[in-house]
Amino acid sequence: MSEHIVPVRVYITIFAVLLVGTALTVWAAFQDFPWQLNTIVAMTIAITKATFVVLYFMHVRYSARLIWVILAAALFWMGILFALTFSDYWTRNWISIGY
Amino acid sequence: MASHATTAPETHGHPALQHHFENMEQQREAGTLGMWVFLVTEIMFFGGMFLAYTLYRSLYPAAFASASNHLDITLGAVNTGVLILSSFTMAMAVYFTQVGKHRPQVLCLIMTLVLGLTFLGIKAKEYSDKYHDHLIPGRLIPGNPFNPVVAEHGDTDPHKLHLLEGATKEKVEMFYWIYFAMTGMHALHMIIGAGLLTYLIIFSLKLRFDPEYHSPVEVIGLYWHFVDIVWIFLFPLLYLLGRHLEHG
Amino acid sequence: MKPIESFEVPLPPKVNYINAQYGLKSWLLTKDHKRIALLYLGSITFFFFIGGIYALMIRLELLTPQGDFLQSTTYNKVFTQHGIIMIFFFLIPSIPATLGNFLVPMMIGAKDLAFPRINLLSWYIYLLGGVVTIYALLAGGVDTGWTFYTPFSTTFSNSYVVATGLGIFINGFSSILTGLNFVVTIHTMRAPGMTWFRMPLFLWSLYATSMIMILGTPVIAITILLLAFERLARVGIFDPALGGDPVLFQHLFWFYSHPAVYIMILPSMGVISELIANFSRKNIFGYSFVAFSSIAIAVFGFLVWGHHLFVTSQSVYAGMIFSFLSFAVAIPSAIKVFNWTATLYKSSISYDTPMLYALGFIGLFTVGGMTGLFLASLALDVHLSDTYFVVAHFHYIMVGGALMGYLGGLHYWWPKISGRMYPEGWGRFSALVIFVGFNLTFLPQFVAGYLGMPRRYHAYPPEFQVFNVLSSAGASILGFGMLIPAIYFVWSMRYGRHAEPNPWHLPGLEWRTSSPPPTENFEVTPVVTWDAYEFAPREETEVVGKFRPELDRI
Repeated sequence: MSEHIVPVRVYITIFAVLLVGTALTVWAAFQDFPWQLNTIVAMTIAITKATFVVLYFMHVRYSARLIWVILAAALFWMGILFALTFSDYWTRNWISIGY
Repeated sequence: MASHATTAPETHGHPALQHHFENMEQQREAGTLGMWVFLVTEIMFFGGMFLAYTLYRSLYPAAFASASNHLDITLGAVNTGVLILSSFTMAMAVYFTQVGKHRPQVLCLIMTLVLGLTFLGIKAKEYSDKYHDHLIPGRLIPGNPFNPVVAEHGDTDPHKLHLLEGATKEKVEMFYWIYFAMTGMHALHMIIGAGLLTYLIIFSLKLRFDPEYHSPVEVIGLYWHFVDIVWIFLFPLLYLLGRHLEHG
Repeated sequence: MKPIESFEVPLPPKVNYINAQYGLKSWLLTKDHKRIALLYLGSITFFFFIGGIYALMIRLELLTPQGDFLQSTTYNKVFTQHGIIMIFFFLIPSIPATLGNFLVPMMIGAKDLAFPRINLLSWYIYLLGGVVTIYALLAGGVDTGWTFYTPFSTTFSNSYVVATGLGIFINGFSSILTGLNFVVTIHTMRAPGMTWFRMPLFLWSLYATSMIMILGTPVIAITILLLAFERLARVGIFDPALGGDPVLFQHLFWFYSHPAVYIMILPSMGVISELIANFSRKNIFGYSFVAFSSIAIAVFGFLVWGHHLFVTSQSVYAGMIFSFLSFAVAIPSAIKVFNWTATLYKSSISYDTPMLYALGFIGLFTVGGMTGLFLASLALDVHLSDTYFVVAHFHYIMVGGALMGYLGGLHYWWPKISGRMYPEGWGRFSALVIFVGFNLTFLPQFVAGYLGMPRRYHAYPPEFQVFNVLSSAGASILGFGMLIPAIYFVWSMRYGRHAEPNPWHLPGLEWRTSSPPPTENFEVTPVVTWDAYEFAPREETEVVGKFRPELDRI
């Protein structure tokens, strides 16, 4: 069996990290950071938490390359949806021709 | 990941080996790959709603902040903790199956299910609060259209909507439409997950899984973690976006 | 290299997948991918005829400039339902669920797909979606156009939007599960020696199609749900009353629906690669170019959806990006056409029915594709948008392209699927009738559209009548042409000549088992040591290509 068994202490560590991240993001939400930093901090924490769940709870760290590629493809495609849609909304005001 | 054919007699030994696979290894690879491909569809599915959220939040920041501040941050944070714990117990259930410890495996699955149902219970409480504050969007509930009471300046009643500078009731309704669509779809996935966990518990009690064959436990675990990840993003985006403006 | 004739071919067995078990339950609860393919074949043919009836009604109405046959509201429902049935219930599942389900395991040397029960489930989900949609059609129909644009669909239409949307939503799961099954099967169940670059090109195109099904279908699923939710709540994210943008619906809708057209054409292109190589007895020219172009079409196809929004409030700058990308997506398709043509050069072509469809495809798809470039130009699109030029463009690709490939593949693999030969003379005759009828139907529509005839109108200015009369005449010829194969395929199942395992004398893996195959496909899992299109040396080929006594009988 080529299945990798992740040790329990790894799971416990990741669990603790996730709880700390949650507390951190709640605390950071009440701090008034300049510019858009509140959003950036919140999203960074969320992405970090999600990454730990994916790598360790979902075993991607120990999985075949194909799984990494498939996951990356999904994120890339969501990126396409966002990027090209926003290429419309963020440039509508660049030219004013009556609307 | 290439498949490999063998004609060794022991490959037909395990009772769970399906006839079209050559061996258990190939069957397990196919099952895991299949669940990951399905999760790709789920990512794109939720992605559409995240797009709508991102667009309208960028257009109406004050209204979204006001609406978000009206959500119960304690219940939201507790629910986040509940789901993270349930992901931990799910991962432990997979671990115990891999090492053949049957009792702890079943206990972890049961705990995961209980935590999932707790999440849904807290969500139900939140939804009922929204109902009482007349925040269900449109005319979804025939007798109770969207019609929150806007607080006057200085009024601290938590049931009233406190609008920040530049926010309007219509754009707040937009936030709540998206809130119900996203958390509702998430809750639906949790309910499906609860059903899948029930199946796992029943079949675990029948001793169907062992270190050689436990693909369903692993694969449903992947689904459960995914649903947790969606909430990891929903919590800050829906509950936390305007807190720093609350006291400003 | 061994000549084709000398490999071991099992004698036709008494027991094959069709007669292995009898009884309705053995078919309705089957896990055999070949039986599931036949279940799909029956159901999509049924839906094709329903869509065809709607087409008949459209062409009858458009014979005269006045709106005299149907009321305008009824006409709106007729073209809407024609589109919905043909796209979602015929074109999208057609080749993947019938030919794909049947051939994917056989072409890679496997006993079945990775998830046979999910395969059967996908058929039942398809049926459920079909039943819900037919209920909606019978209860009163839907009149929003198959594109369901807001705010008409959310706020102002009084038709069965939610019910129809639900039917399409359910059907989407069938598509997703089929794509999922193919991807996992191709990755994990190839026979020993079957490397990616020894796979037939049909598999590469089905893999690319599956990528699109997996990545795109969920977005239309959520879009339909958001539409339904908005209709039920009376307000929503596409509603300006809440600060919403109706064009957001179009973004989300076309993010799937444009790649969906590649779901419809890619499998057909895969069939054409098989037909061109095999019926010209020559290895496909530029195998890896054709293989990678399938993947490129799948990827690029996701980058162009904004070309459906050129005449909306979409930003001009986004329009320029989408226009450029729409030109780019034509390149991999052109690469395929060039490679097919190069394959034909100095080859030994036999003009059997499948080859006639393949040659028809190359011509008609080229016309359809080139007219797409007209539409990809921003300025031209302003003139041509919502005219019959667009209608003609996509019918050239969908009917002249996708349907031709489907019919060609059906004829080509019919001996393998049914164990019988179709009548070759009638096959060639109907292919020609279809080709003539098709062009007569849709060529005049290019001109009418360019001259300004709008689409989705039941009445039109009299100067367009001549084009519409030609088009309706062509449609009756096309309809007649398509009835003929429907009749002789059914006829052949009882009275057709029995087919030997390899009636076309080809090297593909599917031809190295009996016709019809046994339930487990191969007696022994093959070990593959040859490329997909290895033919015997040319001298032998010429003999085989010219003298085919078994095909002389009609």
